[in-house]
Amino acid sequence: MNWKLLTDPIGKSNPVTVLILGICSALAVTVKLEPALVMGLAVAVVTACSSCILSLLRNTIPPRIRIIVQLVVVATFVILVDQLLRAFAYDISKQLSVFVGLIITNCIIMGRIEAFALGNRPWPSFIDGLGNGLGYGMILVIVAFVRELFGSGTLFGYQIIPESWYIANGGFYADNGLMILPPMALIVVGLIIWIQRSIMRIN
Amino acid sequence: MKWNKNSNTYTVLYTAALVVVVATALALAATGLKSRQQANIEMEKKQAILASVHKTDSVGWQADRQAYIEMLYAKYIVEQYIIGEGGVRREGDAFAVDMKAQYDIIRQLNTGNLDGAQQAALRATLALPVFVCLNDDSTRKYILPVYGLGLWGALWGYVALDDDLNTVYGATFDHKGETPGLGAEIATPAFAGQFIGKRIFEDGRFTSVLILKGGAAPDDPHGVDAISGGTITSRGVETMLKNCLTEYLPFLTHRDSVPEPVEYPIWEGTDARTEKEHAHEQVRNTRMNR
Repeated sequence: MNWKLLTDPIGKSNPVTVLILGICSALAVTVKLEPALVMGLAVAVVTACSSCILSLLRNTIPPRIRIIVQLVVVATFVILVDQLLRAFAYDISKQLSVFVGLIITNCIIMGRIEAFALGNRPWPSFIDGLGNGLGYGMILVIVAFVRELFGSGTLFGYQIIPESWYIANGGFYADNGLMILPPMALIVVGLIIWIQRSIMRIN
Repeated sequence: MKWNKNSNTYTVLYTAALVVVVATALALAATGLKSRQQANIEMEKKQAILASVHKTDSVGWQADRQAYIEMLYAKYIVEQYIIGEGGVRREGDAFAVDMKAQYDIIRQLNTGNLDGAQQAALRATLALPVFVCLNDDSTRKYILPVYGLGLWGALWGYVALDDDLNTVYGATFDHKGETPGLGAEIATPAFAGQFIGKRIFEDGRFTSVLILKGGAAPDDPHGVDAISGGTITSRGVETMLKNCLTEYLPFLTHRDSVPEPVEYPIWEGTDARTEKEHAHEQVRNTRMNR
């Protein structure tokens, strides 16, 4: 197995920070860690499965409806993930609300199918999809970590900043309200891109 | 035989086969998971009803949340019925009433420019649920669902009243997609907690609970603080309480006697403001969708 297929999208060809794809949902679901983690996993599952299926079908797809076939397959997996979340993780599915359905518009998925799955065998396509999904999920988790810690003082809903620090309890600390608003996600993503590019020397 | 992938026949057959396979898979998944999903929705509703009478403080610590909520619900919610035309109580599955449908009727009553007869006919179709909670100290609390519109979508909640049907015992609110950190704050216990002890009548006149921008005086029996940065959501909660509780008036004033015809108050400015908000919301939505 070619490990680079899995590790490259997590590091030096990360879909979010290097290819700048899938930014929209990074703004919306990164206020708290838990939905960010679930969203990352959901995207990873959808990308991996649809890449694999479309790679299996790649020699049979009628060229004239290529994109439509891709959309149908991706949409099917998105709906399946949505249904499963509603049945087994209802709270999280409520927090993610429309964004699960909007996974289908995530450019990463169509991008990987077009760029990789349609020209490669199913197993490498599956790994490539999984790697890209995980690379996306990793950025989401990093952004959500920063936003939840400084915006709400919690991680995964557990209080991290001591209650006694808060001004309300006679302390000196207040949560940063800007952290919970969408612009802060963009700023955090920008910082990650800056740090990653300085370390990895990507231009 | 080698298929020509560019031929119309191949394309049509391929699409048909694909659609059949996908439809079968999705139909199986939907039917297979439906009972679980339905159970989740019902559990959430029960939890919200219980939260309005302060019964859910320890739900988070339970290993089996579903069973715990079922247990609480069976223990505390001793009665439920539907208030129909003119405040007449009728038996029925209050839990199954769709508040969205009731809200559509209530909104028409408030903005539809209907004459008296039309209004009465429309009111007759209302079915308003009431849940009765029997507390440990054997006092009865009356839980009334409310439903309305915020900035981005629906708002709903449950208001629990003391036995005098005037003092608010507790409240809980939820929303479909208000702005996190701003309008979404209505779902926090801090916001809902403000309603405890407020009164919805003053000398027998219905006042509802007002949500005041700039803060309510600490001793104001009918006002709570609005959320800064969540003005339209706050106003939405206020309108929701006013509109929904107004429809409960025959019940609230004549629970223990034969209901009499009630003068439904006319709220000045409500129509115009609601219409304006709708327009406002639509403009915002179009911008969002671009």
